[in-house]
Amino acid sequence: MRARIGSLLQHQGALVMLLLVCLIGFARYEAFLTPENLLNILRQNSMLGLVALGMTFVILTGGIDLSVGALLAVAGVIAASLAGQGLIVALPAAVAAATILGLINGLVISKGRIQPFIVTLAMMIAARGLALAVTGEESVRITSSSDSFGWLGRGSIGFVPVPIVILLVAFAVGWLVLNHTRFGRNVLAVGDNDEAARLMGLNTDRVTILVYAISGALAGLAGVILASRLGTGQPVAGVGWELDAIAAVVIGGTLLTGGQGSALATLVGVLLLGVIFNLFNLEGQISPWWQLVLRGLILLFVVVVQNRLTKLR
Amino acid sequence: MNIEPLLRMEKIKKVFSGVVALDDVHFSLEQGEVHSLVGENGAGKSTLIKVLTGAYHRDGGEMFLEGSPVNFRTPEEAQHAGVVAVYQEVNLLMFRSVAENMFLGREPRRFGLIDWKRMYRDAGEVLRNLGLQIDPKATLGTLNIASRQMIAIARGVSLGAKVLVLDEPTSSLTEHEVVLLYDVIRRLKEQGTGIVYISHRFDELYAVCDKVTVLRDGKFIATRPLAGLERMDLICLMLGKKREDLEKKGSTAFGDHHESSSAKPLLEAEHLRRGRHLRDVSITAGRGEILGMAGLLGSGRTEVARAVFGADSIDEGKVSLEGKQLNLRSPHDAIRAGLAFLSEDRKAEGIVPDWSVRENMTLAALPALTRFGVVSRSAQNQIVERFMSRLGIKASSGEQKIRDLSGGNQQKVLLARWLCKNPKFLILDEPTRGIDVGAKSEIQALINELAEDGMGVLMISSELEELVEGSSRIVVMRDGECCAELTGKEISQDSIVKAMAAEEAGGVQSDSASAV
Repeated sequence: MRARIGSLLQHQGALVMLLLVCLIGFARYEAFLTPENLLNILRQNSMLGLVALGMTFVILTGGIDLSVGALLAVAGVIAASLAGQGLIVALPAAVAAATILGLINGLVISKGRIQPFIVTLAMMIAARGLALAVTGEESVRITSSSDSFGWLGRGSIGFVPVPIVILLVAFAVGWLVLNHTRFGRNVLAVGDNDEAARLMGLNTDRVTILVYAISGALAGLAGVILASRLGTGQPVAGVGWELDAIAAVVIGGTLLTGGQGSALATLVGVLLLGVIFNLFNLEGQISPWWQLVLRGLILLFVVVVQNRLTKLR
Repeated sequence: MNIEPLLRMEKIKKVFSGVVALDDVHFSLEQGEVHSLVGENGAGKSTLIKVLTGAYHRDGGEMFLEGSPVNFRTPEEAQHAGVVAVYQEVNLLMFRSVAENMFLGREPRRFGLIDWKRMYRDAGEVLRNLGLQIDPKATLGTLNIASRQMIAIARGVSLGAKVLVLDEPTSSLTEHEVVLLYDVIRRLKEQGTGIVYISHRFDELYAVCDKVTVLRDGKFIATRPLAGLERMDLICLMLGKKREDLEKKGSTAFGDHHESSSAKPLLEAEHLRRGRHLRDVSITAGRGEILGMAGLLGSGRTEVARAVFGADSIDEGKVSLEGKQLNLRSPHDAIRAGLAFLSEDRKAEGIVPDWSVRENMTLAALPALTRFGVVSRSAQNQIVERFMSRLGIKASSGEQKIRDLSGGNQQKVLLARWLCKNPKFLILDEPTRGIDVGAKSEIQALINELAEDGMGVLMISSELEELVEGSSRIVVMRDGECCAELTGKEISQDSIVKAMAAEEAGGVQSDSASAV
């Protein structure tokens, strides 16, 4: 019984906490439970959500991707400079570039047998440098005649903003892939025990390469949306996002050592962080620095609880 | 008429950088046959299995599966053809379900998505056919070790294995769980699967296997039906002894030279227990005594040494030196108490190849040679000089890299490493393995000298001559138990082999007891 409660808390702990935080918000702030505010939370977190989804794939294999923030900036800059030629050109080009950089991460990690931490740290530094060098540290202004490009970040389908639609579709696909395709199960298998997976005849290198490519692609997509929302491609965009994404994944309940977790857990993790941030803003009194302190404490708390629950089983 | 066996391996040869690992080895397996492969360390069992399953490429010979020649380049190819190695249960996925573990990489699909329903159904069917009541939806990590091992086997079966290789399948099972495994094997036999069974435990071989093939030093020795084959004869085949020779050779006089008669034993280990590896083992050794320890691979002989040295944590038992009980949580405690342990794997556990003789020799003594945090070079040199001349270490100087020394001289340096700490009791595991004859007798003489100076020695060896000639008393290990103790005139190669071979209701133990 105790183990079952433990298991429930581990799998749904973030969800329980999300509901709790929402309840507090509802009780305390009138402005919280309004459609505008809720859509706002979702839209603000849609880009981090995409990055965190990619990070989920990577962490499920037992890896880590520190380069996502920098890849997001590279994609944003590319998309902004191609924005004049329309979304049809800018989006695929930017996402493809980020995917290729992610692919390089995966290739070096799997074929070179080098730790993901170091490889993606190197990519983070180099890609950020590339974005800064190419733009001369200047933001790339998106010029006129790019209405289709602006639609991506600022338009809406019905009353739902486009970024939210993209976020939800991406998570639905991510859930389907992880739970119902061979590739998804292979991702989990590699993180569970990669030696065993290899002995069972799995091409573990291929899995590794693909998850870093996916992570790069989703970071790229987030970068394009951000550029579209801001109207500029900023070479300094996404600084520190890799850490927020990791935090969201871990808070959602995915084990940092890999093998256990899900896309939905990450969505809950992202929303939990987003709602807490939203409540801080509604409160209006807490300085951003104290907000950071609180977020750090929350992350620590969740990880400690997770660790205890894992041992309990 | 079809007389072609399920699997036939002919004249298999495998060479590793000039060293012949397999030479002209034959092996054949019939449908529904359980065929054991036995041999001591370095016999070539695992190499043969790896050649069979495509992990290694053979350098010569031929392989036939159901009569047609095969040549597997990878384990996957072998799997497709129906030759499957079952790995130990640690090589499974702990967070995944039973069914996923069985079907990983070839999950049934509908419209590109995994067909979970069918996967659970198929997995359940395979499990039921093996007589296993395991829920295919259960998370693997929640099951006991035995169930996991069965799932590893079920995975092999679900791959459509015609030939199933079980490598030490019982190593982590309790006795009760082993029975479950026997049942699964019996069912597989009925279904016509050929099984290659590797185990160190004779009781198991006789319980489940039809035939046995013996390898020694990479060579094919014999294939025999197990029914009617006496254990003595099987052990003689493994060790390369003739039974008549054993019986002719009596005990050698060497033994009774330094028989200890001191009232109080130097080292006492009482009731050591560690799972199935050690089952209530007690040994004592006196000052100036060389206690020999015999036993086949996997009999628990190395485990005794490791337990005494504190290298493995034991379930029960105590160790005392000079009547004082030791609190052994780690080798560090044992070393401080005056124990020394020269392990059998010199390369992995002993030498630092790129270091000099001096650095290797003084490694364990460094704390004593250090003044104000600085290692005293002159003190180091004194030790090196003393032991190089005393042990007759052949090196150009103390600064020569140890990797350039012969195996015998490397072993002497390691021995010196322990001796310069003045241990009271020395444990040697296979002290002369892989050493040329000259150096071997030098080391043996040195061990004798140390004992004469009052050191207690426990010498584990798989070479019967070495034990018979060098020990004052011999204990024989079998299946984690101390099955015989031989002293004085009882010591002979013949009596050791007899003790190794004894059936469960140990005839030898009572034999030797009545002979005293």
